[in-house]
Amino acid sequence: MSEEPARPDFAGENRTRSAKEASIKWFLFVCAALSVLVTVAIVATLLVDAIEFFTRVSPVAFYTGTNWSPKIGEEFGVLPLVTNTLAVTVLSALVAIPVGTASAAYLSEYATDRTRSVLKPALEILAGIPTVVYGFFALVYVTPALRGVGVPVGTFNLLSASIMVGVMIIPMVSSLSEDAMSAVPDSLRQGAYGLGATKYEVTTSVVIPAAVSGIFSSFILALSRAIGETMIVVVAAGMSPQLFPSAFESIQPMTSAMVQLSTSDLAGGTAAYYSLFAIGLTLFVITFSMNVASNWVASRYREEYE
Amino acid sequence: MSKETMTTSNPGTETEDDDSLASPTPGSEAVEESSPSRSSGSERTVIESRNLDVYYGTEQALQSVDIQIPERQVTAMIGPSGCGKSTFLRCINRMNDLIDAARVEGDLLFQNKNVYDDDVDPVALRRRIGMVFQQPNPFPKSIYDNVAYGLRLQNKTENLDEKVEEALKGAALWDEVSHQLDESGLELSGGQQQRLCIARAIAVDPEVILMDEPASALDPVATSQIEDLIDELAQDYTVVIVTHNMQQAARISDKTAVFLTGGELVEFDDTQKIFENPEHQRVEDYITGKFG
Repeated sequence: MSEEPARPDFAGENRTRSAKEASIKWFLFVCAALSVLVTVAIVATLLVDAIEFFTRVSPVAFYTGTNWSPKIGEEFGVLPLVTNTLAVTVLSALVAIPVGTASAAYLSEYATDRTRSVLKPALEILAGIPTVVYGFFALVYVTPALRGVGVPVGTFNLLSASIMVGVMIIPMVSSLSEDAMSAVPDSLRQGAYGLGATKYEVTTSVVIPAAVSGIFSSFILALSRAIGETMIVVVAAGMSPQLFPSAFESIQPMTSAMVQLSTSDLAGGTAAYYSLFAIGLTLFVITFSMNVASNWVASRYREEYE
Repeated sequence: MSKETMTTSNPGTETEDDDSLASPTPGSEAVEESSPSRSSGSERTVIESRNLDVYYGTEQALQSVDIQIPERQVTAMIGPSGCGKSTFLRCINRMNDLIDAARVEGDLLFQNKNVYDDDVDPVALRRRIGMVFQQPNPFPKSIYDNVAYGLRLQNKTENLDEKVEEALKGAALWDEVSHQLDESGLELSGGQQQRLCIARAIAVDPEVILMDEPASALDPVATSQIEDLIDELAQDYTVVIVTHNMQQAARISDKTAVFLTGGELVEFDDTQKIFENPEHQRVEDYITGKFG
């Protein structure tokens, strides 16, 4: 037994602690990586099965065919689904872009702090409503209301579904656009007021042009959301793809066709089964490139204020 | 966007400009014709305040300020931070209206017309009183569009190219930017941006130019260019400049107003008199750097 006082031993404690720290770090990393892995897996699945589809049906036939009848007759022309998706997107944009931009301008430039503190959360509640509720609302309220004012719409129709898709994406446009407008430095507004601009002139000729990149990027994001929207069109737009859709009649966009196909008794390994993945991949490519475009617009046209 | 044109009978004010002040009608040529000729006597008062009080909420920012600002001279407002000099400047073109809590009492006359009368449209007023701010604030538009902005607001778009060129020359910027009018105003250096803002203000041919510490964000070379420019501007315009830089006030101004803490205008006189032989001990203490 040594008389010398024992040196304190830090090492043992240290070893277990650093092992614990390392395992926590790994656990957190796996969680963070999971979402990336899932995304990669989904894209891989889409790709593999879409390629399988294209070995049976040529991409040319798929992308130029004008008849969509996957189960009866095995016609895989996706064009009607694409034009119908486009129709929903354009019509909903006609609702969401003017209303969303105007709300953003009101919230950012006109509203008092008090009004804003009520209105902004109210608008954001719109974003929290399940989309199936919008679809139901389109079917049982908007369609009868349109008929009531003399618009000759069918039970399922492009118009009421698009109106509700438009309403659904209003908060996206208004919230992101308002952020962009509020970020315009106040010194620019002062400069315009100092030159004798009215509030309306300040908003339209200074604030909106200065915020244009953020506003456009909000449009693109909202449209990409409209393209992917499923429940509203499933419930309210019908199941009949039309190459040249009428606003008053039943149509069927890509998302809705996928739902119909996957809820039917679909035998695995058939061309109809694999066509799901081809449509899915096409949708993914469209929305993904729109999100990329949105980011590009936001950074490309951002004015350097500072 | 049609605003009412108010009736012009205002007993007690004999100015010929009531009409144009109260009417926001853009491009009205009557404004030009009825404006007093710039060749009239040089000691004419353009801006006058009587018993002017300004409050921000319950806090008083200006205390019964009386001042008479002469035409086509440079009048400097100096004083320590928070003394109300900027507040006074922003009363003249009613930029204080943009602050909800601001309240103005007393009279502020622009060419004998009280700008706080009910029939005065601040938009019309600001079209005749230009303003240059502390931070250069060109719009994120081309150099050309920046200068043309005010002209377009007022529909004075005939011979736009000439007017833009003239304003840029007036702001001593033309030679530097004449080949890049389509480039963004934000590409310019700080000093050039500030001269662009001056060009933007003088393009609409105002009668008064208000400057709120226009050189405080600039380097010494750019500052000296702005000071030379202010000297030239005073040949055509009435210039009121707020500055925290006493040497600058001494160099460029004809008249100096000294505001001291509490929003009080302590002394207003010829600049030389203020700097060499002020009446008030407090002013002398401030000028000589004993406080502030």
